[in-house]
Amino acid sequence: MAKTHITMKVNGAEVEGLVEPRTLLVHFIRENLQLTGTHIGCETTHCGACTIDIDGMSVKSCTMFAVQAQGCEIMTIEGVANADGTLSALQEGFRMMHGLQCGFCTPGMILRAQRLLQENASPSEEEIRMGISGNICRCTGYQNIVKAIQYAAAKINGTEFKEAAE
Amino acid sequence: MNDMAPTREQREAKLEGMGCKRKRVEDARFTQGKGNYVDDLKLPGMLHGDFVRSPHAHARVISINSEKALKVPGVLAVITAETLKTVNLSWMPTLAGDVQMVLADGKVLFQNQEVAFVVATDRYAADDGINAVEVEYEALPVVIDPFKAMDKDAPVLREDLVGKTSGAHGPRKHHNHIFEWTVGDKDLTDAAFRKADVTIKELISYHRTHPSPLETCQCVASFDKINGDLTIWGTFQAPHVIRTVVALIASLPEQKIHVISPDVGGGFGNKVGAYPGYICAAVASIVTGKPVKWVEDRIENLTATSFARDYHMTTEIAATKEGRVTGLRVHVLADHGAFDACADPSKWPAGFFNIVTGSYDFPTAHLSVDGIYTNKAPGGVAYRCSFRVTEAAYCIERGMDILAQKLGMDPAELRLKNFIKAEQFPYHSALGWEYDSGDYHTAMKMMMETVKYADLRKEQAAKREAFRRGETRDIMGLGVSFFTEIVGAGPSKNCDILGIAMFDSCEIRLHPTGAGIARVGSKSTGQGHETTWAQIIATEIGLPADNIKVEEGNTDTAPYGLGTYGSRSTPVAGAAIAMAARKIKAKAQMIAAYRLEVHEDDLEWDIDGFRVKGLPEKTMSMKDICWAAYNSVPPGMEPGLEAVSYYDPPNMTYPFGAYICVMDIDVDTGVYKVRRFYALDDCGTRINPMIIEGQVHGGLTEAFAIAMGQEIRYDETGNVVTGSFMDFFMPTAVETPHWETDFTVTPSPHHPIGAKGVGESPNVGGVPAFSNAVNDAFSFLGSTHIQMPHDFWRNWQAAKRLGAVG
Ligand code: FES
Ligand code: FES
Repeated sequence: MAKTHITMKVNGAEVEGLVEPRTLLVHFIRENLQLTGTHIGCETTHCGACTIDIDGMSVKSCTMFAVQAQGCEIMTIEGVANADGTLSALQEGFRMMHGLQCGFCTPGMILRAQRLLQENASPSEEEIRMGISGNICRCTGYQNIVKAIQYAAAKINGTEFKEAAE
Repeated sequence: MNDMAPTREQREAKLEGMGCKRKRVEDARFTQGKGNYVDDLKLPGMLHGDFVRSPHAHARVISINSEKALKVPGVLAVITAETLKTVNLSWMPTLAGDVQMVLADGKVLFQNQEVAFVVATDRYAADDGINAVEVEYEALPVVIDPFKAMDKDAPVLREDLVGKTSGAHGPRKHHNHIFEWTVGDKDLTDAAFRKADVTIKELISYHRTHPSPLETCQCVASFDKINGDLTIWGTFQAPHVIRTVVALIASLPEQKIHVISPDVGGGFGNKVGAYPGYICAAVASIVTGKPVKWVEDRIENLTATSFARDYHMTTEIAATKEGRVTGLRVHVLADHGAFDACADPSKWPAGFFNIVTGSYDFPTAHLSVDGIYTNKAPGGVAYRCSFRVTEAAYCIERGMDILAQKLGMDPAELRLKNFIKAEQFPYHSALGWEYDSGDYHTAMKMMMETVKYADLRKEQAAKREAFRRGETRDIMGLGVSFFTEIVGAGPSKNCDILGIAMFDSCEIRLHPTGAGIARVGSKSTGQGHETTWAQIIATEIGLPADNIKVEEGNTDTAPYGLGTYGSRSTPVAGAAIAMAARKIKAKAQMIAAYRLEVHEDDLEWDIDGFRVKGLPEKTMSMKDICWAAYNSVPPGMEPGLEAVSYYDPPNMTYPFGAYICVMDIDVDTGVYKVRRFYALDDCGTRINPMIIEGQVHGGLTEAFAIAMGQEIRYDETGNVVTGSFMDFFMPTAVETPHWETDFTVTPSPHHPIGAKGVGESPNVGGVPAFSNAVNDAFSFLGSTHIQMPHDFWRNWQAAKRLGAVG
């Protein structure tokens, strides 16, 4: 099949590649760019494991063709850590609150949560739960993911994080 | 000693040993997208394999034509049963003593069965190839309803077994029958029923579902033609078992087979067995001389790679009118699908279902299980469960509620009346188990006090009155569940897989600077073994957990172990770790005695080293002992500090717990709300409370999914109608309730550190709690039992049936 040349910005760097028109964006990211932190859990737009950030929106990258991302600005999990290499507030929150187990949903969750906190800097528990409802986690039962996001929000806002009483 | 010497508390804290909420080591890589999952692996020249699958549930395969497929750009080979026959691999043995087609051999027996394996340069080309393979089928009548499988005129499913009157587990009664398994005293039990004041009998079904970890099953096989080595990276919960299976069925020398489980994205039982994808990838690599990757998609995972449950349990309890249980009789019709590919220990065709007497002191019981074939996917894996314990717990916990209803007694009170008492442990159950330890009354009462059980019942009574008066359309249910698990398979006297005893293992090697590596035969699929195993070692030998690297999953480096499932890691591998650490400690003591110039017996252990009894300032830390082990050991002693332990557990462990679910259901819509869910777990000694809590949250969420909607459902022609995440209920953060967790600690008396395992308890105890809540809500309208899953539609149907909706 004929291939198309595409360019985009991923985690701050210009990248390019030759892809078939049918190539899914998630496959381009994982296989051509070798950024394997973005995962595939369903390929049917249900699980959110492939969530990345495209031009300021959370997008399930199994739902887009690579050619549709031409000229876009993308962030994947590999671009989330702070510039000095330390964990971002969200990454730290997931670790501190035990918001992950097998880690397979984690990159998608973190990317989604990061965008959520940009949309709403101090979300309520309900808003967090609604905000991550496109992302399935099979391991954690979500409760600690919610806490992880609350932890990060508090850290970013400079407020005190109070763990909800059990 | 100077003023700055750390206090005992500081020394203890520095170790981050058992009981500490140690943050996970794994998280640094997982939060940064640096995990190493199978699909992340990219080898030079790697090819992709994918399956042509059957659209039919039962059909004869008339022909397979690969001609067009082989012309598709990128397609290199199409493997069929005929190809596999040349290497004697068209069928493979299952863990349950049956055989299973690797690729359709003459016929297909379930929808989406593997028919041919297309090998191509990339996954898209493989897909093109699949579309070009022409398969001609002749449809055959199907068997979907398990209750019709043994009808006289039922179609013959397994033609390969025609004329075989016995299987791996004894005689077969019918051409679609696999085994009958009976336990217990029939005569005594029948007598108990004859004498009973009160009996109940109910068909309690536990529907077919699927573990569905977020990462599907996948592998990369790479055959090195020159050295004859076969390396398989795969999503394996039990890599050593896979290596042995490959050695046995492919007749390859076991030392030439290297099985590696890298990071695994959840297992829940789905990744224990051997699947056709693994065999085909390996054969394709041998044929092409290139590495071959196989990654199933979600639909394939849900429809073809295993399933769980599908147990239809006719449950009878006999009791006195005061509510003392006097007998239990259960018959199970077990739908195993097209091949018996249960992942149970070999001698246990129905797993440990004979734990079905649960937490109650039944004087007698009798159990029989009939396994049958149908046109459904093979499997029968333990979905977050120790081999059919979930089914057993559901059976007895539902049964006790039904009995309570018949007696007009409170379900909690009935349980308290019949619990095995703390002083009865070790307790011998009527169906043959020896329960190690428990204190059920304390746990139950703690649950009842915390949630103010009596007040909830009062509120429920008032709500029911209000409902009757037409003031509300909500009904309220209290789901009580008190489960006893049986985990940690298992003692070699009764547990093996393919003849290999179900021990587990650990090898610890300490380095001169007071650090070390521990290699373990288990395999984490999210449980955080890299974190918790180091905590056990830290407490045992006094080196900080941070100094201990934990490695699992590589059969070349890890000692042989039976892997992680059935909550066996902590009871078995955890014990092996403690025992290996104790061997090291024993040698360390000799070194310390030599260096401190005292007799060994004059030394005592103190947090992170030895000290001379009565001379607390004369000490030698473990860190210093490590150094000494490499330069000044006693004369005649070998240098170094390492140990291996293979642990054969003397008994299983028996975690337990008291759960309650408070639920409101709107009868007009069937919509339910979980108002409260409280889970008290007793898993013995607690290694890392943070991780335990996480396991409980996750297990409860899976229980919630199963009880309230998650089902693999077939239509009457054998089509899977819940084959994607669109139809297969996967709760998100919005539906998932808030979890309250609590605990008591009753250590296991026979386990070196007293731990029992926890990962599966919440699934085992959670499902009955949800189902009992729904059933309890409807009970005052005249219902005794409503089958799971309890989704909105079914709740509404139930309300209509019971006349609650006009
Ligand atoms: S892989 Fe994209 S949503 Fe599941
Ligand atoms: S941590 Fe395993 S799927 Fe979320």
